[in-house]
Amino acid sequence: MRRDILTACIAMVVFTVLLGLVYPLVITGVSQVAFPGNANGQKVYVGGKLVGSKIIGQSFAKVVLDKNGKPKEEEGELLTQADPRYFQSRPSATEGGAYNAAASAFSNRGPNDKATEEADAENIKAYLALEKPYDPSLTTAQIPVDAVNTSASNLDPEISEANARIQAHRVAAKRGLSLSEVDGLVSKYTDARGLGFSGEPGVNVLELNLALDRLTAAPR
Amino acid sequence: MTFAGWATIVLFAVILTALALPLGGYMAKVYSAQRVFLSPILAGPERLLYRVFRVDERQGQDWKAYAKSLLVFSLAGWLLLYLILRTQNAFFVPHGLNPLGYHSAPWNVTFNTVSSFVTNTNWQYYSGETTMSYFSQMLGLTVQNWLSASVAVAVAVALIRGIMGRSGKSLGNFWQDLVRTILYVLAPISVLGALVLVSQGVIQNFSTYLSAHTITGLSQTIAMGPVASQEVIKELGTNGGGFFNVNSAHPFENPTAFTNLFEMLLVLIIPAALVFTYGRMTGNRRQGYAIYSAMMALFLVAVVVAYVAEAHGSPAQHAAGLHTHAISGSGGGNMEGKEQRFGIAGSALFDVVTTVTSCGAVNSAIESFTGIGGAVPMANLSASETIFGGVGTGLYSILLYVLLAVFIGGLMVGRTPEWLGKKLEAREIKLAGLGILVTPLAALFATALATASHGGRASISELGKGPQGFSESFYAYLSQANNNGSAFAGYTGFVQPNAGNVGSHGVTFADLLGGGVMLFARFAPILFALAVAGALAGKRVTPAGLGTMRTDNPTFVVLLIAVIILVGALTFFPALLLGPVVQGLTGHLY
Repeated sequence: MRRDILTACIAMVVFTVLLGLVYPLVITGVSQVAFPGNANGQKVYVGGKLVGSKIIGQSFAKVVLDKNGKPKEEEGELLTQADPRYFQSRPSATEGGAYNAAASAFSNRGPNDKATEEADAENIKAYLALEKPYDPSLTTAQIPVDAVNTSASNLDPEISEANARIQAHRVAAKRGLSLSEVDGLVSKYTDARGLGFSGEPGVNVLELNLALDRLTAAPR
Repeated sequence: MTFAGWATIVLFAVILTALALPLGGYMAKVYSAQRVFLSPILAGPERLLYRVFRVDERQGQDWKAYAKSLLVFSLAGWLLLYLILRTQNAFFVPHGLNPLGYHSAPWNVTFNTVSSFVTNTNWQYYSGETTMSYFSQMLGLTVQNWLSASVAVAVAVALIRGIMGRSGKSLGNFWQDLVRTILYVLAPISVLGALVLVSQGVIQNFSTYLSAHTITGLSQTIAMGPVASQEVIKELGTNGGGFFNVNSAHPFENPTAFTNLFEMLLVLIIPAALVFTYGRMTGNRRQGYAIYSAMMALFLVAVVVAYVAEAHGSPAQHAAGLHTHAISGSGGGNMEGKEQRFGIAGSALFDVVTTVTSCGAVNSAIESFTGIGGAVPMANLSASETIFGGVGTGLYSILLYVLLAVFIGGLMVGRTPEWLGKKLEAREIKLAGLGILVTPLAALFATALATASHGGRASISELGKGPQGFSESFYAYLSQANNNGSAFAGYTGFVQPNAGNVGSHGVTFADLLGGGVMLFARFAPILFALAVAGALAGKRVTPAGLGTMRTDNPTFVVLLIAVIILVGALTFFPALLLGPVVQGLTGHLY
């Protein structure tokens, strides 16, 4: 018994050093040398300023200003609205505003909850309000599910291609581009399935929006 | 449902089997102390570890000595982890390992977390990026991800030795099995796997959280950390405790459809390989193939049901007027709580992979699965880790069921049951029966306590109304009793108003009940499995006769499946009806 206790204590200390310190440090060292971009989160810079990570979703909303030009607040949170010049990400329900990448969270909305239906209905309303003026034939039945359902992480960097095709009408109109130009960009930034069969194709919203900004200096 | 979705499921099963076969053979050599291709590199460090630990690895242990070493080692790990988690902002922790200056979580949450990681459960009431420092994640949680997995593999190997034991009472040496599992099995795959993950976009750094200014003028803070090194062992050891709150749904833990596939393979590879190891070590590979067939059949049924249910969409979606069938450019289905890059098939498959094993990592919100889609993980858990199961745990769990199936088969034909040449008698059957029943007992007892008491209901989320609230409670204790760790994540045991734990408090009832359930449902079955091994080890072997029931043919596979379903259904069917099945049968919203 005493022997077991001694061995267990030594083993715990040795394993903690080997597996808890040496192993992560070695992996970090090799990763930082071999894959520095990935290991540090695929940061995206514009004009030398960090605008986000390529694989972490973000909100393309702008702050709502009041009459005096000050940001409006509601219940301590900044009031924002979708910026119509940009493709919009999926709805996100993280604490402290959408796409809070310091506190990822599931929405935990149940399949048979009234609250889920209400959230979906609200997102459908917002989506139609934003897109229908530019795509008059759009109906609720045509809205792709990803456009109104929150993702698992609430940090999804992608939207479905169908969702992007609908939004393309608005973005093209707002930027004075032809629909085919914007559709061309959507196709360019739609990923294929992993290894050709796994997962779903998706459009990386940040990359697509940055490409748009490079094409047309965003008109105010 | 799409062709690509079905192709993913079929190809996954094929790739898994193709990889598990050679790994199973390799592991059989490792645990028979034969030379393998890594021996020239690892034999030296291995001997050094035994010297430092002051053990004589050649000295065999009977089942009691083996169990004693295992328990003492687990207790030491428990105490050290508690100490680490409670001192994450102490003076001796370098700033670089706690760059955000996080305080420790309260004692009750820590009790739950420590019990969770030492038992290979990785149930998480806390959320990684707002609770844990890099110090705690690395030196505490990552270490137990390795060790709890290795302990379970050791038990499985000891049980195999007991079954095939020809002389004496030795089940091998616990310390040797522990060290060999870490050095020869987990370490090579983890190091390679971590680098593969980083090459695909999983992060690995010690940076403080990033502060970005978006192109529309908002600010975004992005959590960082040494993720890949923990991610790989989290999957490989079927631990499942995410670095981040949303686990493998987080783009920094699981960035692409390829990593999704890779991580699912990591989860299942050792549990699948160990079945083949068993066949090799008993000298009859068909024994392994038979068990593998039973597991794979149950696994595929679960995947198909989950995929069909999730592709159909949820009552809430339909009530809101959404059309959930696949259209051009969108896969459709119940995308609430699912990531675009994985889609319905990648999420349903991951969900089944993680709940048949004791992994519990998730890439989608299980709470948002449809009624029937959510019944699948619960049914998987109800099978008590017999469908592949956790690393090690899965093998020793199914072997107890095999024993039971042999016994029932023997009763049906009216002969003394024999298994691999050994007569099964009252003692083994009693021990196996108890080993099988303790997990369901713990799950149901705790669920009843939690749903019937005020303290238990306090954990149900605001959204969890009607059957959803029952499902949350049931899932919580079913998951903790099976040492799984996946969750209907609305269930709360930790109230944390601010990142960094200032002003936070735990829900004592849920924390302690859950912690107790995890410890009991981990170590009681281990002791029963080792006791069975001990009882079998000393038995004489008689050659198989004409009347011996074979355990390596299709008939036995069917019998084994029937026993698993029978035990699971008899114990859990009423509870399953109250939660997910009610939801699956109605379009009613609560």
